[in-house]
Amino acid sequence: MSGGTFVGMPSFPEAAHDAVNNQTLRANLRHATHTIRGKRAKAVAEMSDWAELREAGKRIKDHTLRHLDRYLVQLEESVTAAGGVVHWAVDADEANRIVIDLVRMTGESEVVKVKSMATQEIGLNEALEAEGIAAYETDLAELIVQLGKDRPSHILVPAIHRNRGEIRDIFAREMSEWGRPAPDGLTDTPAELAEAARLHLREKFLRAKVGVSGANFMVAETGTLVVVESEGNGRMCLTLPETLISVVGIEKIVPTWRDLEVFLQTLPRSSTAERMNPYTSTWTGTTGGDGPQTFHLVLIDNGRTDTLADEVGRQALRCIRCSACLNVCPVYERAGGHAYGSVYPGPIGAILSPQLRGTASEIDASLPYASSLCGACYEVCPVAIDIPEVLVHLRERIVEGGPATREGNKVVLKPAKGHAAERAAMRAARWAFGHPGALRTGQRLASRTRRFHPRTLPGPGRAWSDTRDLPAVPAEPFRDWWQRTHGGKDTTK
Amino acid sequence: MRVALFLTCVNDTLYPDTGRAVVKLLTRLGVDVDFPMAQTCCGQAHYNTGYRHEAEPLARHFSDVFAGYEAIVTPSGSCGAMVRELYPRMGERARAEGRGDGLAATLAPVVPKTYELTEFLVDVLGVTDVGAYYPHTVTYHPTCHGLRGLGLADRPFKLLQAVKGLELRELPGADECCGFGGTFALKNSDVSAAMGTDKVRNAESTGAEVLCAADNSCLMHIGGTMTRLSTGMRPVHIAEILASTEEEPSV
Repeated sequence: MSGGTFVGMPSFPEAAHDAVNNQTLRANLRHATHTIRGKRAKAVAEMSDWAELREAGKRIKDHTLRHLDRYLVQLEESVTAAGGVVHWAVDADEANRIVIDLVRMTGESEVVKVKSMATQEIGLNEALEAEGIAAYETDLAELIVQLGKDRPSHILVPAIHRNRGEIRDIFAREMSEWGRPAPDGLTDTPAELAEAARLHLREKFLRAKVGVSGANFMVAETGTLVVVESEGNGRMCLTLPETLISVVGIEKIVPTWRDLEVFLQTLPRSSTAERMNPYTSTWTGTTGGDGPQTFHLVLIDNGRTDTLADEVGRQALRCIRCSACLNVCPVYERAGGHAYGSVYPGPIGAILSPQLRGTASEIDASLPYASSLCGACYEVCPVAIDIPEVLVHLRERIVEGGPATREGNKVVLKPAKGHAAERAAMRAARWAFGHPGALRTGQRLASRTRRFHPRTLPGPGRAWSDTRDLPAVPAEPFRDWWQRTHGGKDTTK
Repeated sequence: MRVALFLTCVNDTLYPDTGRAVVKLLTRLGVDVDFPMAQTCCGQAHYNTGYRHEAEPLARHFSDVFAGYEAIVTPSGSCGAMVRELYPRMGERARAEGRGDGLAATLAPVVPKTYELTEFLVDVLGVTDVGAYYPHTVTYHPTCHGLRGLGLADRPFKLLQAVKGLELRELPGADECCGFGGTFALKNSDVSAAMGTDKVRNAESTGAEVLCAADNSCLMHIGGTMTRLSTGMRPVHIAEILASTEEEPSV
């Protein structure tokens, strides 16, 4: 993934440090995640067959990924037969180049956009801007992010880190630079903010000749694309322009319409806690006299087939971008989305980014550790991605190295640098635990010197003792007490 | 029934009181409990930090030590989950690496016989009233691997509710992680400490004297945060509460 936006990000702990200490951000995130978390739990509890739906979603995705080669060809045939044009992009640069050329061919210099993770992943807006093409985000939260010259911090609610007052200030300050200015005397009431956005965006919808979208699903049997959104802005972008360009990751395929039945139940309840999604748009190629007359589908790989080659990690490709895992994650809640250095924050980002981008950069090598492995993410995932399992698998790739697939080639990764001391400690511990006598000697030594133990630790130990007292070492370890009182035969010698 | 106490390396070294409490409790309930002296560590810290291959000899050693017992009881949700959930996975991974069924076969016997303490009491012994007396206000924190890994559900609550003199207070945000997470506490110490502080503030809001859990590693983190914040609350392992009687009360 060479989006470009996140190059040179510091490691996760470093990036999280400021967020943890930013009280406004902590309060915004806490309020928002806890609200969505509670609503989701209620919406899911209403369904008596939730466990079956979750299992069905997992199976449909696994089946599709298993036969992705076949379904991709079928999709291309269906889209072509319906009047669309299919383009294949191996990485972000190629995808951006294709979209730029397609926009150029229309002679236009601006596009309206439906909220799309894939286009953010490839850094499309920046690539278009560099070629003199303006891309207008039309999703309310994406608009807030774009106007604020900010970065998204959540998959579904990209401006989750902003409160109403901050949004009012951004609108009042920035809207005039992009188009219709915010009304005078704009307050921070939700209705006024929404109205200001509506007026600002309406102008763009009516003028735009080119729309750019992603898709939540692509149905292989008919070549139909599906966008699930709740504001109606997506419907405008998908129907008003003359040309529609959809940029979609290859893993978004489902084989048949019938498969949608499962995800159109699990996605809204998991993401916005709605029983049914408000605006579900589907389109199949082009239709004369109705909607865009030119339709292009740009299918992007950008690390997905590499991910698919890994038998533990590939489950990350089941993701339907609901963000339930973000909303329950205690680490996300405190570190915020920006610390993950990717358009995919939270637990899913921590397993997706190091697979799509590889583990070479500082941020990507630190992401698998951005979790206490509490398992809340796995519990809420509507396609049962065992995120803790993949996190541990990726930790292993970092400290031990080993086989992986990069850019379609099988490679053997070297262990990452910076883990030498830890590796030595782990080996020493393994040796001691393999020799109960040595363990016992160590325990006794700790017990006998306990009066001299410091209250705080030097060096890396400060990471513990800066905020937590150390436990007192007891006068004798349990095994000594056991032997003294139960006279157990000492099998350690 | 030949029951082995798998105390865990953390409890053996730092929390022998918990071990003595388990022995006292199980003995009182008529269980003949043994502590195999060759036991060391289940390998969880290695495994979860990414050193699966370093964890393998520890898992083999665990199996050598405990395979002969009818039941293996541990006062730790996360070490229990390591054996039950992750030992089978280690076997599968070894097989996927082309190393055959050896590891899976070695580890298989101990997996179904390993019980977390509250599971053993409720499911195997079939008791919820263990005859305990503990005249204190207590709030219970369900630790993540016990809650979501082993699915301990209401077992600890049933046991605590039956303790004479104990007043149980509901913990707000109970199922949120305390922020320990093994090496996470060191690698992401800012976030870990923030999670710990929130957990302690929630515990304080109950007005209870004692925060109880079934895992001392989480309690080490929560307790260390409590004393640093001078809350006056105490972390106590559930075994010590269940072992306490009117004749021999524990604090």
